[in-house]
Amino acid sequence: MNSPAATAAEPMVRAIGVHKSYGRVPVLRNLTLDVAAGEVLCLLGPSGSGKSTFLRCINHLEVPDAGHITVNGELIGYREHGNFLVEASERRIARKRAEIGMVFQQFNLFTNKTILGNLMEAPLRVRREARSEVEERARANLRRVGLADFASRYPGQLSGGQQQRVAIARALTMRPTVMLFDEPTSALDPELVGEVLDVMRDLAADGMTMIVVTHEIGFAREVSDRVAFLHEGEIAEIGTPAGVLDNPAHDRTRAFLATVR
Amino acid sequence: MAANPLKAPPAGPGRDAAERPGGELRIRPRRHPWRWAGVAVIVLFAAMLAHSFVGDQAFAWGIVGQYLTAGPILNGLLTTIELTFLTMAIGIAGGIVVAAMRLSANPVLSRVAWFYVWLLRSVPLLVQLLFWYNLAALYPRLSFGVPFGPAMASAGTNTMIGPFTAAVLALGLHEVAYMAEIFRGGILSVPRGQTEAALSLGMTPRTALARIVLPQAVRVAVPPTGSEVINVVKGSSLVSVITLTDLLYSVQKIYAENYRVIPLLLVAVIWYLVVTSVLSVGQYFLERRLGRSLSRNARPGGRPGRGWPCWRPWRQRVPSGEPS
Repeated sequence: MNSPAATAAEPMVRAIGVHKSYGRVPVLRNLTLDVAAGEVLCLLGPSGSGKSTFLRCINHLEVPDAGHITVNGELIGYREHGNFLVEASERRIARKRAEIGMVFQQFNLFTNKTILGNLMEAPLRVRREARSEVEERARANLRRVGLADFASRYPGQLSGGQQQRVAIARALTMRPTVMLFDEPTSALDPELVGEVLDVMRDLAADGMTMIVVTHEIGFAREVSDRVAFLHEGEIAEIGTPAGVLDNPAHDRTRAFLATVR
Repeated sequence: MAANPLKAPPAGPGRDAAERPGGELRIRPRRHPWRWAGVAVIVLFAAMLAHSFVGDQAFAWGIVGQYLTAGPILNGLLTTIELTFLTMAIGIAGGIVVAAMRLSANPVLSRVAWFYVWLLRSVPLLVQLLFWYNLAALYPRLSFGVPFGPAMASAGTNTMIGPFTAAVLALGLHEVAYMAEIFRGGILSVPRGQTEAALSLGMTPRTALARIVLPQAVRVAVPPTGSEVINVVKGSSLVSVITLTDLLYSVQKIYAENYRVIPLLLVAVIWYLVVTSVLSVGQYFLERRLGRSLSRNARPGGRPGRGWPCWRPWRQRVPSGEPS
């Protein structure tokens, strides 16, 4: 890995030999990857190449068949005990997940709660923080994504772009050390994509560690430190945006980029 | 009656031919003569029925009025309401537990829950009622203590389980099976993404179920639960076979003495109608409250602007304002 960002001592996310198959179809094959603190990594690749599965393995929504993943130097889903990896308790997994923010393609805002309720639920329930403090932080995050006036609305009353910005604010209110984005703009009308990308750009400029599965080549080129191209569960190519996007070494990358442009 | 569908809409200013360019053609609504014929037939039958209700001696409205608020009847009604309340309390609490067990990843819990639902739904309620009432024949004494060891406390089954307790046990445990299926359906109706979002924020599966999935499942479960409450009100009349004086049995006791069967059954009918109507109104307001977050034009802290549909059905068809 020749990126300057990746030379930091302790990687924020480290995946070693991650393997996963659905039945007999392998979706991730021996995937090894380091993401440094503060780095923005975009994962590109055709559908079925394992991008989303890999992202979901990082916060243990999917469980790898082999290999392991550490976030902040700590294993996710397991704890080490002698020569064994012991499956962690639900409580322990949950505590680890609380450090990792995730934004979904379908937003997944809690439809039974107001926007403010969506942001405050986890800090209150999971971290048991003081209500006044959480509310202050939640409102600040809503301001940050430009939706301060929507605090008492319900998700169904917002547009897709607004819902996705709320979803980002909700993840941020847990003060995560790394953010995972699973095709955050794929379910949006074209005119709403920009407002979500603006928020993500702002977050990247702030130094947040981000792993983004996306089809927005322009965003990847402009914002990411590195771009990885996945093909059939393997990293076909990884490097600077200029290297991978403008001067792809791999035939598959070239073919894929030709189709999305 | 502006909303009468049988009449043409009044010609408002917008419909004025003069105001529309080239609007000399006017719309005449289709006629529906057979509707009028249908109305005539129904009115005829209703009049005949009403005449027999009022005129026929067998109905004896005087006796109905005399017994409608009689002490024993009201006591029976109270027992019916108590039974319904306790049955639904057990049914809802147990139903949530059994539904969660059934959907749990733990194969032991899920199979035990399946077995419970299978057994309690398969045996007729009347049989279950008789079974609990006659439990003493099977276990003459109930004791509390170390399994297979010494008992710390013990009592005769018949002193512990009288008719009322037997009725509550039978109706309640039977209801648990039905409510479990209703809640299971409600939980399954909540998209998987809601759970995933909750987990990704660091909630444990249990917290995600309690705080995110169940509140949304309840909204789906309310209409079938409303039907269940009404079923329980009516189903509780079965307890008359174990000599518990609910509404029906108190009526039966009176007509066994004075032989005025029809007027006294009418007393029971009227009270069942009253209780069921009150419950339906309650269900409407509960649904309206739970539906707040779904309504697109709900105002912060406000209620969706809709009328009571029983007497203003056309209000729902008025298109509501777009959200800003």
